[in-house]
Amino acid sequence: MKEFFRRTRKSFDSDQSAETVQIPDDLWVKCPSCRELIYRKELNDNLKVCPKCSHHMRMSAREWVGLLDVGSFSETDANLLPTDPLGFVTPDDTYANKLKKSQHRTGMTDAMLTGVGSINRMWIGIGVGDFSFMGASMGSVYGERLARAAEQAAKLNIPLLTINTSGGARQQEGVIALMQMAKVTMALSRLAEAGQPHIAVMIDPCYGGVTASYPSVADVIIAEPGANIGFAGKRLIEQIIRQKLPAGFQTAEFMLKNGMVDMVVSRSDLRDVLDRLLRHYNARSKPPVVQAQAEPELAGYAQGRA
Amino acid sequence: MEQLDTPHVASELTPWDRVQRARHPQRPHTLDYVFALCEDFVELHGDRRFGDDAAIVGGMASFNGRTVMVLGHQKGSDTRENMRRNFGMPLPEGYRKAQRLMRHAEKFGIPVLCFVDTPGANPNKESEERGQGNAIAEGIQVMTTLRTPIIATVIGEGGSGGALAISVGDRILMQENSIYSVASPEAAASILWRDSARAPDASRALKLTAQDLLELEIIDEIITEPAGGAHLDAQAAINAAGERIAVHLEQVCALDLDTLLHERYAKYRSIGRFEEQQNVLLRV
Ligand SMILES: [Zn+2]
Repeated sequence: MKEFFRRTRKSFDSDQSAETVQIPDDLWVKCPSCRELIYRKELNDNLKVCPKCSHHMRMSAREWVGLLDVGSFSETDANLLPTDPLGFVTPDDTYANKLKKSQHRTGMTDAMLTGVGSINRMWIGIGVGDFSFMGASMGSVYGERLARAAEQAAKLNIPLLTINTSGGARQQEGVIALMQMAKVTMALSRLAEAGQPHIAVMIDPCYGGVTASYPSVADVIIAEPGANIGFAGKRLIEQIIRQKLPAGFQTAEFMLKNGMVDMVVSRSDLRDVLDRLLRHYNARSKPPVVQAQAEPELAGYAQGRA
Repeated sequence: MEQLDTPHVASELTPWDRVQRARHPQRPHTLDYVFALCEDFVELHGDRRFGDDAAIVGGMASFNGRTVMVLGHQKGSDTRENMRRNFGMPLPEGYRKAQRLMRHAEKFGIPVLCFVDTPGANPNKESEERGQGNAIAEGIQVMTTLRTPIIATVIGEGGSGGALAISVGDRILMQENSIYSVASPEAAASILWRDSARAPDASRALKLTAQDLLELEIIDEIITEPAGGAHLDAQAAINAAGERIAVHLEQVCALDLDTLLHERYAKYRSIGRFEEQQNVLLRV
């Protein structure tokens, strides 16, 4: 029976539409954990998990889309763009400029990618954070896309999968960013009312306001092996308690031991686990009709006021 | 801190001045408000899971002729009490106590009054082991759908997620010299300015004053403080807050619960500033 769930293909298929913005990389990659040099193609074929030490390396949001059935993903709310509501300026840079640079470098408009797709033909809403975009910090666009994804999943009566990595709330948007924690949680209450689950995957690293909001109250919480997950950063805690933290502190395994996550699942097994969970929730296997634009009712809540 | 004791014209105050006032040790704290504004306060303790956190206090009381559940971060006014209360920085069990009391309030149809005054959630080893992230997240989650009115008043420091965990509500009020921030000015300065001494600059950039947050439509009202700040005339500050809380409490108690919950949803759902471009999705 186990074989039935196993995928024949080993690699994820990354989102085709993003190919044009991929930056050409070197042929060899050094594993940050075991320092081994790995042939990039071999690493990609292994879902960016080090074949020598099983270290799970970071993947972009577009690469994570490969978790879904080939060609099933359609992006939503790509038309929401970040602004600089506070006119935030530091001596090095302005927020407006930082946004522009991050957009150019990553090909993302902000740190959250949302859409609808399927896993073994079971439809789900999906939201994926991208750490390379300003540390996947949660600002207005991150919050709004995710809130809409939750409302849309509720409306379509499908589960929501979030893949979470973040440094926390985006300081350059001040309290507006902090309030996205409440906004996303609000929107997820609609999903709960619809009787659909929120499954959260926490990947490395996941901290601050993201750990302290929606993923930590998901119906099922999955963590990747070795991922650093916590509320306060390790350096801050060490400064305050004036001692070194033990090895393995704030890892996925630490979270499992302390009862904070349901399971630690390696990347190569993730699709199988999600498949089994989705079957349990009896997700629909009929493709929903995806609306290209937010419905008027939703738009009424979110005018942007940019 | 001395220059703060001489009354300023309000408009002369910099955001950093507000930060100092918000943190002033002689500023009234949650229990000062409870004892001055309420009668028959019965403090309730413990999260029923691990312990009782003195950094969050709560219980039933009579306010303005109504039974209410009061909840708040509790700072100390001297070093000894601050040690006992962790400087108002809650552990996970503090947030879980707050959630228990909110559920209690919902069960018995009692409105909730929250007083926010924390530098942030306690960032120590035990907090992480006991799930500080989960404790804050659950606090937010409970408040999003709690079927009883909630009024949150920031009376000092609104420190990030540690403040938000007990301040999602139907009304958010801020005292004139209180602050509410995504990160402490020192932490933001050390990350974005690479120098925690630049906290005054960070406090300006973060838009953390009550005046900023009213302008950004995050809060509902600013409560006027006595000249020079709440620490100079605690009784006047408490009375002014009590009057405004009473007005808002009557407003939200007059709504039926479905309308209340609908308005709470819309209030938070509309927070965010972004540009919504048209026709981007026309790609086939
Ligand atoms: Zn390795």
